Amino acid sequence: MIFLTVSNVSKSFGGPPVVNDVSLDVMRGEFFALLGPSGCGKTTLLRMIAGFETPDRGTIAIDGEPMNAVPPHLRPTNMVFQSYAIFPHLNVFDNIAYGLRKLKLSKDQLHARVEAMLATVRLDGLGNRASDQLSGGQRQRVALARALVREPKVLLLDEPLGALDKRLRETMQVELRAIQRKVGITFLLVTHDQEEALSLSDRVAVMHQGRILQVADSRTLYERPNCREVADFIGEMNFFHATVREIAGGSASLNAGLLGLVTMPAANLAPGIKTDDHILLAIRPEHVRFAASGVAGDIAASTFLGERSHFHVRIAGRSEPVFVSGSVAPTGAVHLEFPPEKLIGLPASD
Amino acid sequence: MTQRQGGFKQQILRFGLRWTPPFSDNPAAKGGDVADNGRNAGEGYALLTPTLVVMGLALAAPLALMAVTSLKDQSGMGFAAGWTLDQYGAVLGRASYRLLFLRSVAISAVVTLVTVALAYPMAYFVAFHARRKFFWLVALTIPFWTSYLLRVFAWKIILGYGGVINSGLMRLHLIDQPLGVLLYNPFAVVVTLAHAWAAFAILPIYVSLEKIDRSLLEAASDLGDSALRRFLRITLPLSMPGVIGAAVLIFVPTTGDFVTPSLVGGPAGTMIANLIEVQFNGVGNWPLGAALSLVSMAMVAVIAGLFVASARAAAKAAR
Repeated sequence: MIFLTVSNVSKSFGGPPVVNDVSLDVMRGEFFALLGPSGCGKTTLLRMIAGFETPDRGTIAIDGEPMNAVPPHLRPTNMVFQSYAIFPHLNVFDNIAYGLRKLKLSKDQLHARVEAMLATVRLDGLGNRASDQLSGGQRQRVALARALVREPKVLLLDEPLGALDKRLRETMQVELRAIQRKVGITFLLVTHDQEEALSLSDRVAVMHQGRILQVADSRTLYERPNCREVADFIGEMNFFHATVREIAGGSASLNAGLLGLVTMPAANLAPGIKTDDHILLAIRPEHVRFAASGVAGDIAASTFLGERSHFHVRIAGRSEPVFVSGSVAPTGAVHLEFPPEKLIGLPASD
Repeated sequence: MTQRQGGFKQQILRFGLRWTPPFSDNPAAKGGDVADNGRNAGEGYALLTPTLVVMGLALAAPLALMAVTSLKDQSGMGFAAGWTLDQYGAVLGRASYRLLFLRSVAISAVVTLVTVALAYPMAYFVAFHARRKFFWLVALTIPFWTSYLLRVFAWKIILGYGGVINSGLMRLHLIDQPLGVLLYNPFAVVVTLAHAWAAFAILPIYVSLEKIDRSLLEAASDLGDSALRRFLRITLPLSMPGVIGAAVLIFVPTTGDFVTPSLVGGPAGTMIANLIEVQFNGVGNWPLGAALSLVSMAMVAVIAGLFVASARAAAKAAR
C-alpha cells in the first residue's frame, strides 16, 4: 500500500534545479533509503517532505493527504537531524518528552511513554542525564527516541549515522533496523553511504544530480543497475565498450572490443537496448575470474583483504586497470575470463 | 631496567606531567593534570599582568581610598582624627537618602526593562532576518559615535518646552500650550537612558541569538511547535544568557548615572549619583560622599547578584 507519494517534485535555490522532477512511492511500514553523493538533492527532497522547504512544482502526499500547504509543525512526519539537534537546555527525558507536551497527557502517561521509548532505544535510566553529557551514540539515540515517541506516519532520517565512528555505526545499523521492525513506522533514510543504504533498507532510490536514477531493492541495485551512474556508485564495477550485433532467442551477441565476440543472455541488457546500439558492458570485480586462457593481462597491484584480495590487472589496449576480486593470489602474467551470464548491458552515457 | 624506569618517572615528575593511560575513560584523565593546570594558571596571570597593574592602580586603590575616607569625619578642609561609622549611620538613617536610593533603583529597573524589551526584537531581527548583519550591527552603534553628553542634550532638545515634540505638536495645532510633562522628570530620565544604553542590550542579546543552532529551531517545529511556542520553549530560554547579561550591563551603570538625571531629570528625577556629586563638589563632605558611593555600590551588587541567581533558578525551573 502506497503511503508516501512524491509526484513530479522540483526545487531550485535560484540556480539549476536541486531536485528535478522527482517522483517516488513509499509503502507503509517500509524502510526506504535515498542514496546519492553529496549535493544530489536527497536532503532537499527529505526537507521538502518534512515541510522545511517548499517544492517549486509537484506534490507530496502522506497517507492520501496532500502536504504542500501543511506547515512542518502540523505534518505527520518527524525527523532525526544530521546534527541530532538535541536541545541543550533540556535533559534526556525532556528532550524526548518535548513533542508530547502539547498532547496534554497526564503525568503518568507521559512518563510511561517516555520511559518505554528510553527502553526501546536502550537508554534506560538516563532520563536525567544532561544533554551535554551524552556520547555521540547516545545523542543519536535521543534524537531517534524524540522523533519516534510522537509515532509519526513517516520518520525521516537525515544521515543519522554519519557522525558516528565505524564500529558504532555498524552497531547502530543493526539496532535501527530492529527498532524499525518493532515500531512498524515507515522510515525514510537519506545517506551517501551505499553500504548503509543496502544493508538497512527494503528499497533504495539512487539519486544523481537532482534526479532519481533507479528505485529497487538492494540485491537488484547491485546485480542489475540500470545505468552507469548507479553501477558506479554502488560497489565497484568494470566497464567495457561494446556494440550490439544481434538480439535473438533470449540471447544477445555483441562485439565487445577487447573481450572479443560475446554471447550473453538478452535479459542482462537494460531495457531499451536495441541491435546496433553502442552500449557499456559492466561486470563486478568478484565475477571476473582468473583462468588458463582468455584475455591476457598483468597484475599491476594487489591488496590483501583477508578472505579476499583485490587485484588491478592491466590489459593491452585499455588505460584503466580491470578490477578483480578473488581468493586465489596469482602473480605476474594472468588470463582473465568474463562469464557472459554475469555481464550486464547498460546504455552508454553519451 | 628498574633503575631506568625510576629515572624516567622522576623525569616526568620533574616536568610536572603525570602519566595517564591512553584512551582511558577516566574523566580525570581528560580533564588534564593538576600540576599542568597550575602551570597554565601561572602563565595566564603572567599574561594578565599589565591589566592587573592598571586595575590595581585605577580601581582597587581608589576603592580602598574611598573606604578609608568613608570612615573619617569632615573637619574644615581636612578630615578629623580618628575613625567613625557616623557616615554610614547618616546614609542608612536619613529618609531622604533612602528615597534617593529607592528612586535610583526604580528608575534604573524601569530603564533596564524598557531597554531589554526594546532591544530584544531588534537583536532578533538582525540575528534571524537581516541579510546584511554587519551593516545592521554597525548601524545600531551609530548613536554611540557621538558623545554621551551630546546625546543627553539631544534629548533635552527633543523633549524640552520649546523642543521638537512640543513645537511640532503646536504647529499641528494638536496642543495650544507646550507640554510640561516631557522634560525634568523620571520619564525623561528613562527615555534618555534607554536610548543611550540600547546598543549595550542589543549586542549581547544578538550574540546569544546568533549562537543558537538553527537546526534546534527546525527540530522544535518538527516536534509540533508553532512559531510562538518554539520561541517560548527554545529561542527565549537559549537567549537568556544574553538577556541576563544585557540587564546587568544596563542596570549597574544606570543606577549610578549622574549626567542624565542632572540634565533632564529635574528635582523629581534626581538620583543617588547627584547626591554623591554634591557631597564631593558642592558641600565638600567627602566622607559622606564616599559612604554613599560604597553603599550604593553594595546595593547594586546585591541586587544584580540576586537578579542573576533568580534568573538562573527560573531557567532551571522552566525545564
